Amino acid sequence: MNAMNHSEFRQDIAPGATLLAVDNVTLRFGGVKAITDVSFDIRKGEVRAIIGPNGAGKTSMLNVINGFYHPQEGRITYRGQTRSKMRPHVAASQGIARTFQNVALFKGMTTLDNIMVGRTLKMRTPFFWHLFRHGPAMREEIEHRKFVEEIIDFLEIEHIRKVPVGKLPYGLQKRVELGRALAMQPELLLLDEPMAGMNLEEKEDMCRFILDTKEQYGTTIALIEHDMGVVMDLSDRVVVLEYGQKIADGTPDEVKKNQKVIDAYLGVAH
Amino acid sequence: MFYREAGQYKKTYSADMAVFPILQDRIGIGLILATAAIIIPIFGSNFFISTVMIPFLVFSLGAMGLNIVTGYTGLISLGTGAFMGVGAFACYKLTTYFPDVNIIIWILASGVFSAAIGALFGLPSLRIKGFYLAVATLAAQFFLEWCFVRVPWLFNYNASGAIEVPQRTLFGVAITGANATPTVRYMVLLGIVVLMTWVASNVLHGRIGRTFMAVRDMDIAAELMGIRLLPAKLTAFAMSSFYCGVAGACMMFLWYGGGEASDAFNINQSFNILFMVIIGGLGSLIGCFFGAALLNIVPIILKFGLPAIGLPLAGATAEHINHLFVGSLIIFFLIVEPHGLARLWQITKQKLRTWPFPY
Repeated sequence: MNAMNHSEFRQDIAPGATLLAVDNVTLRFGGVKAITDVSFDIRKGEVRAIIGPNGAGKTSMLNVINGFYHPQEGRITYRGQTRSKMRPHVAASQGIARTFQNVALFKGMTTLDNIMVGRTLKMRTPFFWHLFRHGPAMREEIEHRKFVEEIIDFLEIEHIRKVPVGKLPYGLQKRVELGRALAMQPELLLLDEPMAGMNLEEKEDMCRFILDTKEQYGTTIALIEHDMGVVMDLSDRVVVLEYGQKIADGTPDEVKKNQKVIDAYLGVAH
Repeated sequence: MFYREAGQYKKTYSADMAVFPILQDRIGIGLILATAAIIIPIFGSNFFISTVMIPFLVFSLGAMGLNIVTGYTGLISLGTGAFMGVGAFACYKLTTYFPDVNIIIWILASGVFSAAIGALFGLPSLRIKGFYLAVATLAAQFFLEWCFVRVPWLFNYNASGAIEVPQRTLFGVAITGANATPTVRYMVLLGIVVLMTWVASNVLHGRIGRTFMAVRDMDIAAELMGIRLLPAKLTAFAMSSFYCGVAGACMMFLWYGGGEASDAFNINQSFNILFMVIIGGLGSLIGCFFGAALLNIVPIILKFGLPAIGLPLAGATAEHINHLFVGSLIIFFLIVEPHGLARLWQITKQKLRTWPFPY
């Protein structure tokens, strides 16, 4: 695991300090406000859950953070740098990785190749050497293969290494997708419903992987999840969105007792 | 039965990442290469070499080019014929201006010109996909075809408007022009195809190939992995056009020995190669050879084979049956096996590996 701990830009933010701050972000699609004036922060090393009923703007929030959507108002501050617009590949190069709600793997490629794609940003051999697949190109390939094998071990997917991911069951696909994100050695990992559609056993596995990721690699995690048991157990702090607005923010216990949250989830008698 | 990997342990990552990790595959490739390089030139008749093998190799190269952009990167291109034409004309102009430089160098260098043109016409691929991109590349096909006919500078102001292939030699042996024997042309072509297949395999098995396939399978996720879409797509277009260009140059210089571009590099050629790629297998290098072999050999069997066994078949009828055959093959493959002959080959190998057990 030694290779994982030394990333170029990981040292300077102390655990517990603010890694990412979202300030008064508003996102509109035409006349529809997906996110209205939302502010929250993610601290280094924590698991931050974003919850809310369907259509609350959780996924839109993740899309804003990694640059797919550009908010009309508000600022995002990541590692002390404020920005309003960003391309997804720039976010990736700054250490933001992500998994998708509906699995977005490269279906025609094997598990191994999928995770190797996660290493793309770390590979720098010029095109010329790839013509021969020898020398620097091959050395680099082997070096990254070693790293990818560590992730495969970590996620316990050795047996499906060479299987095209399109043929895998859903639970394993989700795991491979987590592996692909981990291969980027992200500083901030955005997980969009990592446990949707899983059975209890798969969910428990996934929880274990998320906690292990946090402990072994020190990755900061932002998590969207509908399973309240999982959210309350895993996360350090929870932000609750409803209709694009923030209605609560705090530790799981605080959020659980919040009347607005209870109303949002259970409905209010009129 | 003999195709087993049992007992072949891989102890290093490089052994595991080899293109042919199984010993039997390596032996097979060796046998094929030996057949192509030794047995066919010695025992093959001039007719066999010039009618079957040379077109097969040229089309394999062209199909490889199209497969890189369509099969691996998922961008449909209908400009293959035109990009091949660019290669042919580039080679013609280069060898006109610098007749002393070896023609093989110019054949390979002509790919650079078609790569540049291909990348230029690949620019719209950032914004448009699927059918719309196909139409954009169709524009390239028609525009370049127009240039081939209307810009006399390209064909050296010949009265015929055709490329007239001059005689060029390698170590004193004529390899292009009227005096080059089919065997010599075949050997040169074989060398070029083997070299370029090896390079394509190297590139596609590494980071660049993974980038292409990531863009094909899920471009949003690819962008999130830090892949910039425009450079990736343009690299695919450039590399694809490079291969097409070399195929075009080979076609003119080593196969046709000169001719009119409007016949050789028209839209029909683009479709022909697209069919080869679809039938052979999208996203597979070996599929390029399968597709080229099938679509190239079937017409020859209909044309020469059937009369030889006593079935009279006039030229026009053979042509029509050929069209029927290709058409039904395409429908068959689209329905039954969208991944083409290459997938069938893969399934066969998998079955052999576990025979006599089903899995």
